[in-house]
Amino acid sequence: MNIQIKKFYYGDIPDGASENEKPNTHKLTEASWPLWEVFMRSKQGLDHKHAGSLHAADAQMAIENGRDVYTRRQEGISIWVVESKYIHASNPDDSEMFYEPSEDKVYRHPTFYDLPDELKHM
Amino acid sequence: MSLHDFEKSFQNKIDNEIKIEPKDWMPEAYRKTNLRQISQHAHSEIVGMLPEGNWISRAPSLKRKVILIAKVQDEAGHGLYLYAAAETLGMSREQMIDDLNSGKAKYSSIFNYPTLSWADMGAVGWLVDGAAILNQVMLCRTSYGPYARAMVRICKEESFHQRQGFESLLVLSKGTKEQRDMCQDAINRWWWPSLMMFGPKDSESTNSDQSMKWKIKRKTNDELRQSFIDMIAEQIKLLGMTLPDPNLKWNENRKHYDFGEINWEEFWSVVKGNGPCNKQRLVARNKAHDEGAWVRAAAIAYAEKRKNKLKIKAA
Repeated sequence: MNIQIKKFYYGDIPDGASENEKPNTHKLTEASWPLWEVFMRSKQGLDHKHAGSLHAADAQMAIENGRDVYTRRQEGISIWVVESKYIHASNPDDSEMFYEPSEDKVYRHPTFYDLPDELKHM
Repeated sequence: MSLHDFEKSFQNKIDNEIKIEPKDWMPEAYRKTNLRQISQHAHSEIVGMLPEGNWISRAPSLKRKVILIAKVQDEAGHGLYLYAAAETLGMSREQMIDDLNSGKAKYSSIFNYPTLSWADMGAVGWLVDGAAILNQVMLCRTSYGPYARAMVRICKEESFHQRQGFESLLVLSKGTKEQRDMCQDAINRWWWPSLMMFGPKDSESTNSDQSMKWKIKRKTNDELRQSFIDMIAEQIKLLGMTLPDPNLKWNENRKHYDFGEINWEEFWSVVKGNGPCNKQRLVARNKAHDEGAWVRAAAIAYAEKRKNKLKIKAA
């Protein structure tokens, strides 16, 4: 695949178009903060929901940064953070054999059962 | 499956409006285009804090000051959402920051223009954020999942930016002669650069448009620019100001506003690094990054120390 995209949009300016690009003087020697996933509960009674990811040195900082980034407009009242490396995920390549078996089990849904209209409260 | 099959099933998903997620197979060019676009977008949010940060200490009232601080804080958050989305495509945050600071990576040229008066804060909110919002609303439906989710979050927050900008100009437009002149002057300076934000004309493209086929973008530069012009040409009437384009005129046949030629030479010159503030912006970013190095190092050292303490306690 050798597709050249020459048309650029806002936020899509080709690299190397600059005349004053300097040789990279910074070195990537700094140790980096680990990545965390942030989950937020928007109000009591609701599940925590994935809000996004951020970098932080430790859990305390991840929670504080999560507060600063994701609750600027009262979007949350409780935060969970977990280091991203501890999240295990199903493999999208396996999704066919993993999820397909439930596709032909329509009888698991209430709409499968044809009942008379007179039947109430069901 | 052969590469061809992968590509076919990938395009199938796109055609059926199924979002692409980080672990899904994707063509290398799709990954690269998204990575470049999302990281540039992130850089734009971060550099975008500079022209406005310039006025925080000089805001005319406490009310305007807290509004401006909240807005600049939002831009930092938007940068973070976007960096996180870009990281899912396999580039580290450090690398991205490094590319920005070295001048390798690009950001929106609009932020290479100076903010000369207080009225610029209003004009930036109304015109610059207004232009960005049109683009971002469209990107809420982009095909790459993490990018689309970041955009939804950003759009929710961005509308306050545009509204506070217009309101700020509205106040000036009802003020003294000096204030009205300042308002008009800011509009005059920000109008053309705002139009350039949408990028080159569609006709400048020689290649078939892969970004549209992949639904990274869903509208062309010219379409977005036209809707922006139509929108602003009406809104400005409420300010009693004018747009600095003698050719701006409603076209009854097209049901759109006609407008004058954009100075593309200026556009390319700023992209190439010769805008009024390109150097200043990079110097400011590098300074902030370098001066923050000890804070980042200290945070790691502190985290290590606490971890060790816990270990000793446990033992």
